[in-house]
Amino acid sequence: MVYDEMRAADGTVRMPYAEVARWLQGVTSAQLERRRAEAELFYRRGGITFAVYGDAQGEERIIPYDIIPRILSGAEWARLKAGLEQRIRTLNLYLADIYGPREILKAGIVPSDLVWQNPAFRPEMAGLAVPHGIYIHIAGIDIVRTDGDDFYVLEDNARTPSGVSYMLGGREISIRLMPELYAAHRVAPVENYPNELLATLRSSAPRNATNDPTAVLLTPGQFNSAYYEHSFLADKMGIELVEGSDLFVRDGIVFMRTTEGPKRVDIVYRRVDDAFIDPLVFEPESMLGVPGLFAAYAAGNVTLANAVGTGAVDDKVVYSYVPDMVRFYLGEEPLLKNVPTWRCRDPKDLAYVLDHLSELVVKEVHGSGGYGMLVGPHATGADIALFRERLKADPTNYVAQPTLSLSTCPAFVENGIAPRHVDLRPFVLTGADGIRIVPGGLTRVALRAGSLVVNSSQGGGTKDTWVVVD
Amino acid sequence: MLIHVRHRTRYTYDHPVHSMIQALRLMPRNHEGQHVRRWQIDLDQDGTLRPGEDAFGNVLHMLSLEGPISGLCITVEGEVEMQDTSGIVRGALEKFPAELYLRDTPLTVADKAIADFARSVAAEAGGSPLKILHALLAALHAEIVFDTQQTDTATRAIDAFRMKQGVCQDLSHVFIACARVLGIPARYVGGYLMRSDDKIHQEAGHAWAEANVTGLGWIGFDPANGICPTESHIRVGVGLDYLGASPIRGARLGGRAETMEVEVTVANTYQSDPVHQTRWSRPAEAIAQASQQFQA
Repeated sequence: MVYDEMRAADGTVRMPYAEVARWLQGVTSAQLERRRAEAELFYRRGGITFAVYGDAQGEERIIPYDIIPRILSGAEWARLKAGLEQRIRTLNLYLADIYGPREILKAGIVPSDLVWQNPAFRPEMAGLAVPHGIYIHIAGIDIVRTDGDDFYVLEDNARTPSGVSYMLGGREISIRLMPELYAAHRVAPVENYPNELLATLRSSAPRNATNDPTAVLLTPGQFNSAYYEHSFLADKMGIELVEGSDLFVRDGIVFMRTTEGPKRVDIVYRRVDDAFIDPLVFEPESMLGVPGLFAAYAAGNVTLANAVGTGAVDDKVVYSYVPDMVRFYLGEEPLLKNVPTWRCRDPKDLAYVLDHLSELVVKEVHGSGGYGMLVGPHATGADIALFRERLKADPTNYVAQPTLSLSTCPAFVENGIAPRHVDLRPFVLTGADGIRIVPGGLTRVALRAGSLVVNSSQGGGTKDTWVVVD
Repeated sequence: MLIHVRHRTRYTYDHPVHSMIQALRLMPRNHEGQHVRRWQIDLDQDGTLRPGEDAFGNVLHMLSLEGPISGLCITVEGEVEMQDTSGIVRGALEKFPAELYLRDTPLTVADKAIADFARSVAAEAGGSPLKILHALLAALHAEIVFDTQQTDTATRAIDAFRMKQGVCQDLSHVFIACARVLGIPARYVGGYLMRSDDKIHQEAGHAWAEANVTGLGWIGFDPANGICPTESHIRVGVGLDYLGASPIRGARLGGRAETMEVEVTVANTYQSDPVHQTRWSRPAEAIAQASQQFQA
């Protein structure tokens, strides 16, 4: 039985959705369609597009926006927020540990090969004292629900998560196109996200920085799929959007070239992957990074947000140990649930998975974006046969999870208003002065009927998420 | 035995260079059988050398230079007291458990050809990992022809193995790839070799591999020469592959094309050097501070 966030099984409307249900009864499909078209125009005019890799036709696409907001009650949000804070504290402690004293390996909680053989683990980070001990300044933790009680973490996304510009764009559209509905709720604001991000970054400046530190946003450039977001965030924060060639390092200090001469940079919010940020340490042919940046970082003269090597928590096998990490580092029980995960590297788990492929979701350990996964119940016999071979050939590369019955929310689709599966990506900010989470996040919706894949690269859309103050 | 090393790298640029930054792994450390008597890095240009240490425990100097300069000459010169340890490395600074060195890198990843080769050598040799590693050393020395023309510093193990040609770097990468396929941790070592044929002047430094055998620790294997390192092998940098132990990695702004000349002199007598250069000394406390920063 699918949990619908608006209606209970008997058709009654759940409390937080009372106003939305009333509003939906009053609007016609034509009105909704007009608003949907206006929303699309807003995105198109704003240039809020994304590029899909491997798609020759549509170089730039608009992510479909569903205008019916998703509602979370203040009480639900409070529970989720506490869980997110606990989760991100744990992940930061784990990274500080694996790049430092390695206590969790000594305790035998996490198998050591998940650190030493993990491609996202960066040996270069070992022993480095990162500013304020913060590794994951920005996380986009993917959350799903299957009932009214529990929140499950799907992925932690601790590298360079994107999508926050859609959260902010969605809110702007809600306010413009549905002022009456918006006014009928006390919606907690998200518009202050850029300020919160800037405050987080500034608080994370190295200790030797001035009390007015300079932050920049380092982008791989306009051909990156998230370039719009990079320029949008830099603009909203009032910081410079730079490419690698705009920065240089001299004597262990990072500088930005400006018309008034070199200006010292204290914080680099980098949206460039680890492998490309410094050709002297990582990928030697990279033109996207800054030669010497890592040495400046190692010398404690600049903050990189996120730190290098945070992907060591993004691995789906490592993910399966996060509840154990919460207990190990905090001595607490996890507030957020993990999706039960079969580790195919374990022969017993593999045997179970091979026997139950048609029921399970199979994922690559290092996969993302909804690529390279098998959704058993929706897969053809040929797909299942293909994954069976892949699993047998390289079991360590896969995990499997039960097919969760993701919650649904009402969405405006071709044949009217219908429930569609959703997830939620709240953006969790960690600075030296604490954790900040703007209420809500980016709701992604699988617009195809029955589909469980919400990734924008796979036909997913977005929704505005309203945390309603009780 | 006292070995004297002079290693000179001379860059000449077509146009003046505006600025430059380099990461230098050019300074050996002490361990059993290797004692650095004196060692210095000299530059012929004004610049800043910041001493530090990388994650693998190598001494790392960051060089920053402001132009315009039309060339740069880096001279490394020193003396190291060496003793034979039968290739066994003891007392070296180890930052990671041996298990880390099972990681693949693009330069050392094995393909099916390398994996098949490694497994067949291991099957034939049988017995202990040590025996297998010695068989691998002999097999690679025989299999791959030393040739300086076919490969460069970006050549991957799989390419060198396919061509069956390469230099010490390539042979070491293939050796490392084979060892890791067999589940034996292996790493890359850059350094200097005093040649047995009395060829004092060389065109490059040397490279070999180390493999970790339970109970013995790290043991050197020099596949280019088909031997275990002797008192003639001075260890300078270690890493997962060449990139991690590279003597010089740099970037510059301006300069257009460059030419690079390398002269390496390794001998057990002091070879006089006519060229006078600006001398950079290394204050002991500076390197101690740098080391501290790297300890969390």
